[in-house]
Amino acid sequence: MISPTALPPPRSVDDVVAALAAENYVADRRLATSVYLALTLKRPLFVEGEPGVGKTELAKALARALQAMLLRVQCYEGLDVAQTAYEWNVARQMMEIRLAEAAHDVGDAASRERLARSLYARSMLIERPLLQALTQERSPVLLIDELDRADEPFDAFLLEVLAENQLTIPELGTVRAAPDAAPIVVITSNRTREIHDALKRRCLYHWVDYPDLDRELEIVRIRAPGAPERLAAQVVAFVQRMRTLDLFKAPGIAETIDWSNALVALNAFSLAPDNVRDTLGVLLKHRDDIAKMQGGDVTKLLAELQATARGEAPRAAPADAR
Amino acid sequence: MLADNVVHFARVLRHAGLAVGPDRVLAALEAIEAVGLARRDDVHAALSAVMIDRHEQQALFDDAFAAFWRDPKLLERMMAELLPKISGRGDRANKPRSHRLANALAPTPVGDAARPARQPDDQIEFETSFAFSDRERLQRADFESMTAAEFELAKKLAEEVPLPFAPVRRRRHEASARGRIDLRATMLAMARQPETLVPRFSRARSELPTIVVLLDVSGSMDRYARLMLHYVHGLTRRYLKVHTLTFGTRLTNITRALRHRDPDLALELASAQVQDWKGGTRIASCLDDFNRHWARRLLGANAALLLVTDGLDRDEHGELTRAAEQLRLFARQIVWLNPLLRFDRFEPRAGGVRALLPHVDRFLPVHNLASLADLGAALRSAPDARR
Repeated sequence: MISPTALPPPRSVDDVVAALAAENYVADRRLATSVYLALTLKRPLFVEGEPGVGKTELAKALARALQAMLLRVQCYEGLDVAQTAYEWNVARQMMEIRLAEAAHDVGDAASRERLARSLYARSMLIERPLLQALTQERSPVLLIDELDRADEPFDAFLLEVLAENQLTIPELGTVRAAPDAAPIVVITSNRTREIHDALKRRCLYHWVDYPDLDRELEIVRIRAPGAPERLAAQVVAFVQRMRTLDLFKAPGIAETIDWSNALVALNAFSLAPDNVRDTLGVLLKHRDDIAKMQGGDVTKLLAELQATARGEAPRAAPADAR
Repeated sequence: MLADNVVHFARVLRHAGLAVGPDRVLAALEAIEAVGLARRDDVHAALSAVMIDRHEQQALFDDAFAAFWRDPKLLERMMAELLPKISGRGDRANKPRSHRLANALAPTPVGDAARPARQPDDQIEFETSFAFSDRERLQRADFESMTAAEFELAKKLAEEVPLPFAPVRRRRHEASARGRIDLRATMLAMARQPETLVPRFSRARSELPTIVVLLDVSGSMDRYARLMLHYVHGLTRRYLKVHTLTFGTRLTNITRALRHRDPDLALELASAQVQDWKGGTRIASCLDDFNRHWARRLLGANAALLLVTDGLDRDEHGELTRAAEQLRLFARQIVWLNPLLRFDRFEPRAGGVRALLPHVDRFLPVHNLASLADLGAALRSAPDARR
């Protein structure tokens, strides 16, 4: 998957759209522009948006398109240097000490100094994604996923890596990425907290919105190829309409795809009140939302959709169109 | 010249309250150079990627962009001017337009994340049509400026009085005398003295959670709200992880205003934002609004909620109960400070009080809250155990 020779970077926004499309990622032009800028200006890309709109998928598709290595840091509270950047191989260090002792090699100051140096040699270091990202021969894609889940100290720690492409290890010194192999950084956030301004300032910002009807339909066609055209169109129209309702958590694209696949698995060829009600759990993850939809909204929405579908059909009888 | 225009555009955005520093102007120029000027939507996307950093600013940015780069000839001219050695004056024609925009947007406080960028529009609509609700009486907040003594007291209170919240254990570790063995620190010690083995320990850090203050500013809360704001300002200055929202008939996030060091300036900014001061109360709809739009953003990471309200609202159709139940699921701990109780024997009479009470962890009734000192006494006397 990772080719030894570097691929030429995309030369225009259109290139980016095409490259991502080749990897089954349907990007709108605004997003493609941000990606293109991130590649050209060599700045991290900060993507924010509701869960399930394809933020993580973007980084994966980008890595495939560039045939670059994908390094991923999944954030959670309390994430620290040992899990993200590097860790000393303590077991090996202990062994080293024990061996030095056994060889009676710790007697004088010089041998101690030698031991200390060997304990903190580069080979004793276990590299984690952030450090790996700085030591590759070719630019990898570094995905820092759901940064909002990490706590503030981690934001601060990231600053050095993002701004300078370097990492300081107290015992060893500073590790710097080669200028032509600096990582392509994609940071995602679901916005469960505000990320610090200092960090955002160093990034390109992009808010990923829900896609419009055409784009979502295109995505469903690609990601749920089993769904008949008619079903896919209905599903997308239904979900799009649903997002305009006052829900706790509107369904994302991921949910649309899951739902299409679920309906296909149930051998549904079109939406009906019954199969929609049975599968609402795939689409909505909030009890109140499901209760609200089951309380009559499903039938209403379906009727509404059918009415518009008939209204748009060229041969629709005037009596049918409400 | 292109640079002139971008600089000018950045100034417009700055007036509109976006934090667009010179670094962003430089980045914007680079970005435009990278995407070229062939397509307007590319230029828009490029500038927006560089110049904004939160979603709320998008609408404002879009408006400003549309207004500023409106003249279709302008782009062509810019393209011509991108070629070196052609110097021309910046486009004068668009200046009045952008100034008007800047003026229209100026009242929005700096970098205001708290409210949707559309807010200035709403505000204008709102003030012209009073038909919104007869229960809602609009009144600008009238925070008298703090006296020096009050300021000192608020500061002392925020510094000395323990908060009525239980600390939460973080997953981040810190060195301590006992706990889990910290291998890395142990190794470092051993490298210095190989013949000894002294284990070093670390344990999970325990600290105060993020605090979200929901402050009722309706008519019945009038006097107490002002006191509370003074206290919360002191708190915000001492302890950064405090978010403050006021509610009466609508929710307003005044966190950024309260971050200003100068209390008078902070309260002035806050009062400019709060529109429903001394109006009616709609606790249920405000809590519901909070649940839908803010809870997930502010109440992550074990946050605690300080609810300051008298609870004087009805619980129509169980709406308040539902909102409170929901809030309970989002917040790790809820402390309710009720300043309106003038009697020692508390009886939850009002429907709102009855609806809220089962869903809070601690209930802090304050008798006769007339000064910050009373508030301090109430917070101090709060029993430590969670209910």
